[in-house]
Amino acid sequence: MYTDKVIDQFQNPRNVGELADADGVGEVGSPACGDIMKMFLKIENDVIVDVKFKTFGCGAAVATSSIATEMIMGKTLEEAEKLTNSMVVDELGGLPQEKVHCSVLAEQAIKAAIKDYRSKEVK
Amino acid sequence: MQRRYFDYAATTPIDKRVLEVMIPQIENNFGNPSSVYSFGREARKSIDESRDTVARVLNAEPKEIFFTSGGTEADNWAIIGTAFANKNKGNHIITTSIEHHAVLHTCKYLEKHGFEVSYLPVDEYGMVDPEDVRNSIKESTILITVMYANNEIGTIQPIKKIGEIARENDVYFHTDAVQAFGSIEIDVKDLNVDMMSISGHKIYGPKGIGALYIRKGVKIDNLIHGGGQERKKRAGTENTPAIVGFAKACELVTENLKESAEKAIELRDYMIKNILENIDEVRLNGHPTERLPGNVNVSIRYIEGESILLSLDLIGIAASSGSACTSGALDPSHVLLAIGLSHEIAHGSLRFSIGKDTTREEVDFVLEKLPAIIQRLRDMSPLYNS
Ligand SMILES: Cc1ncc(COP(=O)(O)O)c(C=O)c1O
Ligand code: FES
Repeated sequence: MYTDKVIDQFQNPRNVGELADADGVGEVGSPACGDIMKMFLKIENDVIVDVKFKTFGCGAAVATSSIATEMIMGKTLEEAEKLTNSMVVDELGGLPQEKVHCSVLAEQAIKAAIKDYRSKEVK
Repeated sequence: MQRRYFDYAATTPIDKRVLEVMIPQIENNFGNPSSVYSFGREARKSIDESRDTVARVLNAEPKEIFFTSGGTEADNWAIIGTAFANKNKGNHIITTSIEHHAVLHTCKYLEKHGFEVSYLPVDEYGMVDPEDVRNSIKESTILITVMYANNEIGTIQPIKKIGEIARENDVYFHTDAVQAFGSIEIDVKDLNVDMMSISGHKIYGPKGIGALYIRKGVKIDNLIHGGGQERKKRAGTENTPAIVGFAKACELVTENLKESAEKAIELRDYMIKNILENIDEVRLNGHPTERLPGNVNVSIRYIEGESILLSLDLIGIAASSGSACTSGALDPSHVLLAIGLSHEIAHGSLRFSIGKDTTREEVDFVLEKLPAIIQRLRDMSPLYNS
């Protein structure tokens, strides 16, 4: 049911972990199944210079968070904010219908981390 | 890659000896059992003999055995059939919160049609208190349905005791023995049951076949309407090969019951002990001793079941989970919630079910690989602090 790309991202997830000196942290939970995703961003001059994630969830949740970190690494905040869950799903070569909601977590976690960064910046 | 199957509670591979008796039935015994000529009579004979076999292993009369399309139909029939046939006496049904969906969803359906259903709670081990059953019986109670053994956590219910209470109160008693049959010795007379569901594919027989035992004298409506098959109680041309295979499976599984249960219990307890000792923050779900011989169900904290299953599958191990992410409905298993687990703990549930072909080598392989899989996922989990 999962594409090879999903399996690869699940088996060899990129950028797993935490960033102790993160500039923005976003944590979101899925109301659908109770899963949790956490994103850590290191930001310099509005560019994402490092990103790490942690996920408590299914295979699709791990794979989407992993590939999403790859997709935003080195991008400006403006570009990263434009990342949608369907872009993540496409990049993975598709997800089973009942797993699409997991990809929403990745999108939301990134947005939450950027928001967190911005809210600190204002202060 | 060598694959290792640990999901016998989901379904079982067909026993070769079952297959052997089915093939000639498929090849040659194609007659319609209702036909008068020899083709039909030969098929009829096969079905009659099969019914005798199933009756014998359950200590029932042949005319108390009705073949169905499986456990689901047997459950539906027992519940809907007795509810409608006895609605002049009352509209109340007693069941438990941990039944298989074949029972639960049938009860929900009846609630939409004017029946009242009590869903009894279970304790932390998944055990129903017979006194709760007794106290729930009222004037309008027409049926009690309690599963013999739970498919997820393996807990075996005090069926005989509940049967006694049902008898004393003159209420019909049905048990879903789909999981228990083949693992536990069953004698319907001794058990005080009025109806009992069993299924072929859990006992190394074919899928899509099962039976409902209906004690002589039980008032029950038909569920499937049509021709006069199964003594006018269950319409539809009989699936002769499946019935013959099912009967053979019933016979074989009963013959070997003691031995295979002992072997399964040994592997089960070995597996449970090893997992609990070698992995932190793991709990056993279900009763420690009153459980199906082949059932191992644990909750592994901080991680999610589907990702464990996927990791296991990548090394050829087939298991199952009650996590929300595996359910399709995105709710954790109702059984795990009923025994009091939080959503988070239910999320990390993992079931290994052992069968007659499971070897010590296979169990050792799982035990060797599992800790690293769990550690890898925990290291990815925001809930886990190493
Ligand atoms: C306890 C229980 N009841 C009923 C069923 C349904 O049986 P079947 O698959 O034969 O319809 C199952 C199997 O999934 C079961 O485990
Ligand atoms: S995270 Fe629960 S289904 Fe994907």
